[in-house]
Amino acid sequence: MGDDIEVMALDGVDIDIHQGEYVAIMGPSGSGKSTMLNLLGCLDRPTAGSYWLGGEDVAQMEDDSLSDVRGRRIGFIFQSYNLIAQLTVLENIQVPLFYQGKSMAESYDRCVELAQLVGLGERLTHRPNQLSGGQQQRVAIARSLVNDPLMILADEPTGNLDSKTGLEVLDLIDELNDDGKTIVLVTHDNYVAERAHRVIHMKDGHVDREEIKRRTGEERQKVYKRR
Amino acid sequence: MVSYQQFMSTVQLGIKTLLLHKLRSGLTMLGIIFGVCSVIAMLAIGEGASYEAQERIKALGSNNIIVRSVKPPDEAREQNNSGGRSRGIRYGLTYDDTARIYSTIPGVERVLPMRLIRERIRFFEIELPCQVIGTLSFYPDIVSIDLIKGRFLSHMDEVYKQNVCVLTTSLAQRLFPYHDPLEQTIKIAGVYYRVVGLVREINTPNERPQSGESEGETLENNVYLPLATCKARFGETLIKRTGNQVNSETVQLHEIRVQMKDHSFVESADPQVRTMLSRFHKDVDYEITVPLQLLRQAEATKRMFNIVLGSIAAISLIVGGIGIMNIMLANVTERTREIGVRRALGGKKRDIITQFLVETVVLSVGGGLVGVVVGVITPILVTSTTGMNTIITWWSVALAFSISGAIGVVFGIYPANAAASLDPIEALRHE
Repeated sequence: MGDDIEVMALDGVDIDIHQGEYVAIMGPSGSGKSTMLNLLGCLDRPTAGSYWLGGEDVAQMEDDSLSDVRGRRIGFIFQSYNLIAQLTVLENIQVPLFYQGKSMAESYDRCVELAQLVGLGERLTHRPNQLSGGQQQRVAIARSLVNDPLMILADEPTGNLDSKTGLEVLDLIDELNDDGKTIVLVTHDNYVAERAHRVIHMKDGHVDREEIKRRTGEERQKVYKRR
Repeated sequence: MVSYQQFMSTVQLGIKTLLLHKLRSGLTMLGIIFGVCSVIAMLAIGEGASYEAQERIKALGSNNIIVRSVKPPDEAREQNNSGGRSRGIRYGLTYDDTARIYSTIPGVERVLPMRLIRERIRFFEIELPCQVIGTLSFYPDIVSIDLIKGRFLSHMDEVYKQNVCVLTTSLAQRLFPYHDPLEQTIKIAGVYYRVVGLVREINTPNERPQSGESEGETLENNVYLPLATCKARFGETLIKRTGNQVNSETVQLHEIRVQMKDHSFVESADPQVRTMLSRFHKDVDYEITVPLQLLRQAEATKRMFNIVLGSIAAISLIVGGIGIMNIMLANVTERTREIGVRRALGGKKRDIITQFLVETVVLSVGGGLVGVVVGVITPILVTSTTGMNTIITWWSVALAFSISGAIGVVFGIYPANAAASLDPIEALRHE
């Protein structure tokens, strides 16, 4: 026990993320961006300091309350999609609502709507292994939206995708942001971070610098409108 | 709290997950299936084995006390030493004993004296060994027999020392292959008797033909005579010649059946009869059998038997449970990612516990259900192939099934806890 060397993964980080913002967190490995993500996602608790999420200090919450916060307020998009293999597309989308005690009957309409939103309205009963990587990631995006979260956390959402499907996924995320969703995206890919309003560069557990990106109208036009 | 709907969909999910690996789940269930099956089958076989013994004892009558004359062992040895001389011994129960028991023991309903003599019965050219039973008219009230035809011995037969007899059906069938036995005259030891009735002893397993051939003579070849007739025709002294030895035995009564008014008198009467007899008999030339005690002993033996068989079977259930636990632990490792995802998406520790526990219970209860079916079929097969008596009791089925359920819970808790206590971050990172 005494041998553990205390490592400060994050130290003196102070950031605000506003509603509707699209923030990218960048940094080399070991910069603390994973820890940052875990804290933002309420998967981990800071040893010191506070984290206000939607008017609640979640920094020192109990495990169960944290689960609850995650379930209600955060949408996760993972690099490797992390769909549950034995569930269908529809059931995967419903998982966060399931943990809020909602039955499939109650949430069916919403799940179908989201599946349609991400372009998988025809594949509701498919299982993850019957879908391509891009499709799986879209299911994951639909899942991240189902609980109408305060913030969507995307951890390298295009990391496992080829550039074309990656683009499609990023477009979809842009679209969500356009609809007013708060997006926090962790990446080491500059190209991906380009799309954010603000990029937070991490280095050695600190915020190294922040840059504000402004999108031109032209760039906005590039966003493929699916609807 | 976990709602009913949520629980049901967790059960559905569990079944779905288990169906994903049909072979694995099936093999895991096998342990429980065999366990449940062996609990039910073993208890059924044990139950069946003790049932017959108990039925025999019950046929002796649980309200009865049976006192039998026994040749004293000392006398017998002396007799052997004495070589070729003829010698007479006198032992056993007497008519006085009957009267004393009847008048002194509280709670006595009836006392039935019996004489038992091995003889040969003859009808024309057919001669068969038989057991002559000299007894009274109320014999059927104490010993369970069915009257098949005619009547049993009456009080008047006794009073007038009538030469009448009642035969058991199996004896009659062999003695009178072509005649109606009733009103026929048979000959025993030179004296003729008229057949007035046919009976069947209930504790005689008539459906078994093999016992009729070899050892059936004691049980089924009974000839019932009025006691007084028996005494008058055969006397009290039996002379047996073996080689150069001539042995005579003088026995008044071979057996006395004491019927008590109620179960409750039986146990108090047993020592009283013992004490009373010991006053009047120098040697212990009698033995007392209390069917009620035998029954209790048989029940105790059965219980012991059941415990032994049951625990052997329970061990196999536990082994099955360990198998389940093993698979579930492997499952947890394999599905670490899923657990991480579920935790990230709002699943609480107890949701994870519920999920894995439900899966284990589905496995064990599923195995339990199949085991019950197989366990009910097995004793039936055993009975039909070996002819062994088996009895499936509802409680053994309930016991085996509920143990299988309990095993699911007990052996599921550890893997479920292991799953729930995974750190979500670690679990998500797990490859």
